[in-house]
Amino acid sequence: MLGNAASLGPFAFELVLAAGIFVVLGVGLLARAGSRRVALGLTVVTLAGATVALLGTAAPQARGLFGGLLARDAFGDFFKLLAAVAGVLVALASIASEEVLDHRDGDRDAAEYGALLLAVVMGAGLMASATDLLTATLSIELVSILSYVLAAFSRRSSRSAEAGLKYVIYGGVATGTMLYGFSLLYGLAGSTDLAAAGRAATHAPVMVGGTALALVMAGLGFKLAVVPFHTWCPDVYEGAPTPIAALFSIVPKAAGFALAYRFFLGAGAGLDGVDAGLPQPTSAALAAVAVATMTFGNLAALAQQNVKRLLAYSSIAHAGNLLLVFVAAPGAAVPALLTYLGIYLFMNLAAFLAVVALVREGVGETLDDFAGLGRRAPVPALCLTIALISLAGLPPLAGFPAKYAVIAAVIARGAAGGGALFFVLALVAVLNTVVSLGYYARVARVMYFGAGHPHAQVIRLAPLHTVLLLVTTIPTVLLGVYLAPLSSLAARSAQLWPGR
Amino acid sequence: MRNAKSPMSWSCWSSVSSWSSRVPRATLRWSKRAVVVAVAVVALGMAPARAAEPGADPVPIAVSPGALTFDQPNQARQLTIHNRAGAPVTVRAARLVSMGDPDFSVDLVANRLIAADGTLSLKAAYTPRVAARRQSFAAIELEVQPPGQTATQMVTVALRGGEELDLLSWLIFAPLLGLPLLWLWPRGREEGLRWLALAVTAVPLALAAKLLYEFDPGFTRVQGNFGYQFVQHLVWIRAFNVEYHVGVDGLSIGLVALTALISMIAVVASWSIPTTRNLRGYFAMLLLLETGMLGVFVALDLFLFYVFWELVLVPMFFLIGLWGGPRREYAALKFFLYTLLGSVLILLAVIALYYASAPTTLVDGSAAAHTLDIPRLVYIDDFSKHPALLGLKFAHLIWVLLFVGFAIKVPVVPLHTWLPDAHVEAPTAVSVILASILLKMGTYGMLRIAWAILPEATRWAATAVAVLGAISVVYGAFCALGQTDLKRLVAYSSISHLGYCLLGMAALTPIAMSGAVYQMISHGVVSAMLFLLVGVLYDRTHERGLDAFGGVATVMPRYAIMFALAFLASLGLPGLSGFIGELMALLGSFGKFRVSTIVAALGLVLGAAYNLAAIRRVQLGALPERWRGVLTGHDLTAREWVSLVPLAVLTVALGLYPSPLLDAARVGVADLLTRMGLPSTGLGGGL
Repeated sequence: MLGNAASLGPFAFELVLAAGIFVVLGVGLLARAGSRRVALGLTVVTLAGATVALLGTAAPQARGLFGGLLARDAFGDFFKLLAAVAGVLVALASIASEEVLDHRDGDRDAAEYGALLLAVVMGAGLMASATDLLTATLSIELVSILSYVLAAFSRRSSRSAEAGLKYVIYGGVATGTMLYGFSLLYGLAGSTDLAAAGRAATHAPVMVGGTALALVMAGLGFKLAVVPFHTWCPDVYEGAPTPIAALFSIVPKAAGFALAYRFFLGAGAGLDGVDAGLPQPTSAALAAVAVATMTFGNLAALAQQNVKRLLAYSSIAHAGNLLLVFVAAPGAAVPALLTYLGIYLFMNLAAFLAVVALVREGVGETLDDFAGLGRRAPVPALCLTIALISLAGLPPLAGFPAKYAVIAAVIARGAAGGGALFFVLALVAVLNTVVSLGYYARVARVMYFGAGHPHAQVIRLAPLHTVLLLVTTIPTVLLGVYLAPLSSLAARSAQLWPGR
Repeated sequence: MRNAKSPMSWSCWSSVSSWSSRVPRATLRWSKRAVVVAVAVVALGMAPARAAEPGADPVPIAVSPGALTFDQPNQARQLTIHNRAGAPVTVRAARLVSMGDPDFSVDLVANRLIAADGTLSLKAAYTPRVAARRQSFAAIELEVQPPGQTATQMVTVALRGGEELDLLSWLIFAPLLGLPLLWLWPRGREEGLRWLALAVTAVPLALAAKLLYEFDPGFTRVQGNFGYQFVQHLVWIRAFNVEYHVGVDGLSIGLVALTALISMIAVVASWSIPTTRNLRGYFAMLLLLETGMLGVFVALDLFLFYVFWELVLVPMFFLIGLWGGPRREYAALKFFLYTLLGSVLILLAVIALYYASAPTTLVDGSAAAHTLDIPRLVYIDDFSKHPALLGLKFAHLIWVLLFVGFAIKVPVVPLHTWLPDAHVEAPTAVSVILASILLKMGTYGMLRIAWAILPEATRWAATAVAVLGAISVVYGAFCALGQTDLKRLVAYSSISHLGYCLLGMAALTPIAMSGAVYQMISHGVVSAMLFLLVGVLYDRTHERGLDAFGGVATVMPRYAIMFALAFLASLGLPGLSGFIGELMALLGSFGKFRVSTIVAALGLVLGAAYNLAAIRRVQLGALPERWRGVLTGHDLTAREWVSLVPLAVLTVALGLYPSPLLDAARVGVADLLTRMGLPSTGLGGGL
C-alpha cells in the first residue's frame, strides 16, 4: 500500500486524463472555426497518451494507492485500457456525427464534449480501481453525472433532453439508495474497504446483509442496467445521441462490472481456487437477477421497432450474461469476464457505429427505415450484420468464444460440485441465445430481405466512419479465430489487490 | 485515374485497378489505413501473447524441446531434462504412451537422480514399423518427484513422426480461399462468377479424389492414431484447451467425398440463377457453406466440430432467405431458430463433457486439466461412472442433450417441422445441399459423438431411438403420400429414409450400422438427384404440383428415364444404392427390435406407393396442353446432364458393387462397436 506521494506515479493514467481535460477546455476557449477536429483530435491524443502512461507505469505486483483508496493492479489496468479504446473510437465517431456535434454549434461544443469524454473515461478508470466505499461512490457519481450531461448533449433534440432528465432522476435515486446501503455496510464491516464491506454483507445474517446488499444493488444494478434497475436504459439509449449511447453501452457498464467484482469477490483469494465463491443466498440471488435480466432483455428486444432501443435491450441481455460470471467457478470467472468484455467492446461498438454512420447519412432509426440497406449501403449493412451475428454468439465470430467462456465457467462450477442448478443456469443462458437470435436475425432480415424504396440512392459513408467500422468489425471476425492475444491478456489481468 | 493498359496487364489486375478507380480515392485511402491499423492492433495484441504465458504449477524441471518431431524414418533425437530446482530431483520413470502400436522407442529410465542444476539426456527414435501408418503420434511421460515431496508430477513431451499431412486442411479451407477471388471479380462480368465458383469447388473435389485414392480402408485403431488417417493436430486456443485436430476414418471418408461432389454439382445446378440476383453473394454463401460441411466431417475436436457445425447456419439462412421461393423469409427464420436450438443443446453437452473429462496433455506437450479431443474422450474417458445430475445419470443426461440436438438436424419426427418449409422454399441447389449433406451431419454427429463417447448411454436409449426411427419411416412416408407438391414429397421422403438410418444405428450390430452408414451416402446421392430433377421441371414450368402434370415422358423421354431411375432408387429397388442400405439396416435390427423393424419394413411398401405414384402422376398419362409448347424439344440440357449423370452412375454403381464403400464403412463401424464392447464382426442381429 503506497502513501499519497508515492501513489502519484502509478496514478499516471488519471493524471494525464485530468491534464488533458484542462488542455482541451483551454484550446476550446482559444480556437476558432474548424475546432471540432482540433478538440476531438486532442481528446484522442490525450487518451493515447494516457494509455502509454498506463502501460509505462505497470508493475508486476498489485499495489494499493493513496492509503488503500484505489488499487493499481492488472485487473484495473484492463478496464482502463478498455475505457480508453472505447473513448478513442467514440471520439472519432463523433467528429463526423451530426447528432452530437451539429454543423451550427458543433465546433463550439466540441471542446466541452471532448472534456466530458475524457472525464467519463477517467471516472470509469477510477470505478474499475476503487477499493474503498468512498472512492466507489465518488467514481460512480463522477461517471453518472457526466453521463446525465452527455445524454442531454444534443440541445436541439427534445428526446435528448428527455433522456437526460430520465437518467438524472433515476440515477439520483439509485445512487442515493446505494449510499444508504454503503452506510449500512460501513456499520457491518467496520471499515470502508470495499472488499471487506462486500464480504461482511455476504457473510452477515440474511436480514441485515440482505438489506444492505439489496440497497447497494440498486446503485450497482443501475450502472449495470440489470433487472429491475434497467428501466432507464432503453429510453436513455434511444434519446441520447448515438455515439454517446455507444459510449454508455460499454464504458460505464464495464466499469460497473469491475466495481461489482471487487465488491463481491475481491476479498477472497479466490483466484487460486481456495475461495469457493459467494455464499449460497447471495449466489442464488445474483443468479436469479442474471436469469431475469437475460430473459427480460431478450424478450423485450423482440418487440422493438427502433434499432437503438433494440440495441439497448440487447446490452441489457448481455449484462445478464455477464452477471453469471459472479456465480461461476472462481478461477475461471475473471478471465471469462475480461474476455467477454474485450470482445463485447468490439462487437457492440461495431453495431452502434454502423447506426451512427447510417443516421448521419439520413437513414432513420426504425427498422422500417433500415429496409433494403443491404443493397443501398453494403458496407455498413455487412458490418452491422457481422456485429449482430457476433452479439448472438455464433461461431466463427468473436461472440462465440465470449459466450463459451462464460457458460463454461458456470458449468465448471457445476462440475466442481456445485450441483444441478448451474447446469440449469447454463441451459437458460443458451436458450436465451436462441431467443436473441430472433431479433438479431430480424435486423439482418429487414436489411437484406426487405424491399426498401425502389428509387433510393446508394448511401456513401463518410470515410472516417468506414474506417471506424472496419476497425471494430475486423477484430470481431479475427478474435473468433485467433483468440490468443485477448485470452492471454485476460489471464494475465486476473490479478486483484485484495484490499486493506 | 489509373491507367489500366500497363504492359503487364492481366485482365484480373486491370479489372482490379478499374474497380479501385471507381471507388472514391478518399475511401480507398482510408480503407487502406484502416486495414493497416487493424493489422497493427492485432499484431500489437500478439506481442503480449508472446510474452510470458500464465504459469501453471511450477514443476522443478524444464524439458527441451517440449515436443519432438521426426520427419525422416530411423531418426533419433535428444531430449534434455534440466533440473531447475535448487536441490536434486528424482525422475521416477519415463514411459512411452500412445494409442495403438507405437513407432517410437525411448530410453526408459527408472529412479534416476538429477543433481541440482544438472541435466539428464534421453534419446528417442522413430522407426516406423507399420507402413500403412504414415503418421505417428505418441508422448513420453516423465514422472518427476520434486525435492522433499512424496507425490510425483507428470511432465509430458509430445512425439510426432512421419509425414506432415495437411491435405485435409487444404480440403476444408479451399472454398474459403476462393471468397476473396469472388470479391475481387470485376463488376459487369457476372457470368464469369459461375465459372469461378465451379473452379473453386473443383479444388476440394480433386483433393477428395486424392484422399479417396490414398485412403487405406483396412486401417483400424489397433494400428495407431486412434484409427484416423491424414491427421493434423495443433493447439488452437490454449485458454480453452482447444486443438485443431482433423482426420478421416471409414465413417467420414464417404461423407467427405460426397460433400465435395455435391457442392460442385450444386454450383452447376445454380447456373440458372440470373446474374441480376447478386450472384457474388450467392456463391460466397455457398462456398462458406461448403467449408462448414467439410469441416464438420473431419473435425476431431469438439470445439472445432461445433464451430464448423454452426458455420453452416448463417449461409443457409441467407441462401434460403434471399434466393428462395415465396415464403422464403419464414422458412429461413424457422430453419435458423430451430437448428440453433439444437446446436445450443449440443454446446451445453460439449462443455459438460469437457469438464467431466480427465486431465491430459495437449499435442504440444503442455498439460491440460480437461480435454475436448474426440478420440481421447472416446477411448480414455469413461463417463458412465459420473455422479447423477437432475435425477438422471450424467452420461444419460448428456446423451439426451446431444441426441435432441442432432435429432433436430436429421430430422427425427417430431422435431422435423422445419424441413419441409426449408426444402420447398430454398432454391434447387440449396435444397440439394440441404438434403444430401446437412441432414447427414446430424446422423454423423450422433455416431461420432453421442454413440462413441457415451456407449453405455447409447445402449440405454437404443430402444427409444429404434422406435423413433420406425416412426420417422412410417410418418414420413404417410406424409409423402399425401403431398401434392413434388418438392415437399421429396422432403418428407428424406425424413422417411433417414428413419432407416436411425433404426440401423440403434441396433448396434455390424450389419445394421454399416447399412446405416451406407444409407447415409446412398440417400445423399439419390436425394440430390431427386431435387435436381424437380428443379429441371420447375425451371421450365414454374410449377411443382403433382396434379398439374402428366405424360411428361411423351415429350421429355430422357428426363423420364432419369426421373424413373431416381424415384426407383428412392423406393429401394434392388440394383440401385437405396436397396443395400435399407436391407442391411432392416436385417441387422430384426434380431433386436422386432416390432420396430416390422413397422419400418411396412414403410417400404409406403415408399413404393408414393414413389411410384409420383412417377405415374408426372411421367405417365396425358400431358396437359399448356405444357406442350414449354416442354417439347426442351429435354435435358447439357448442363443438367452434367449434374445428373455422375449421381446416376453412382447410384447404379453403389447398388451393384457396394464393396468398396461397405468395406470402409465396416471398418469404421467395427472400431465404434469394439469401443462399445459389442461384437464387431459376424452377422449379429440374431440371424
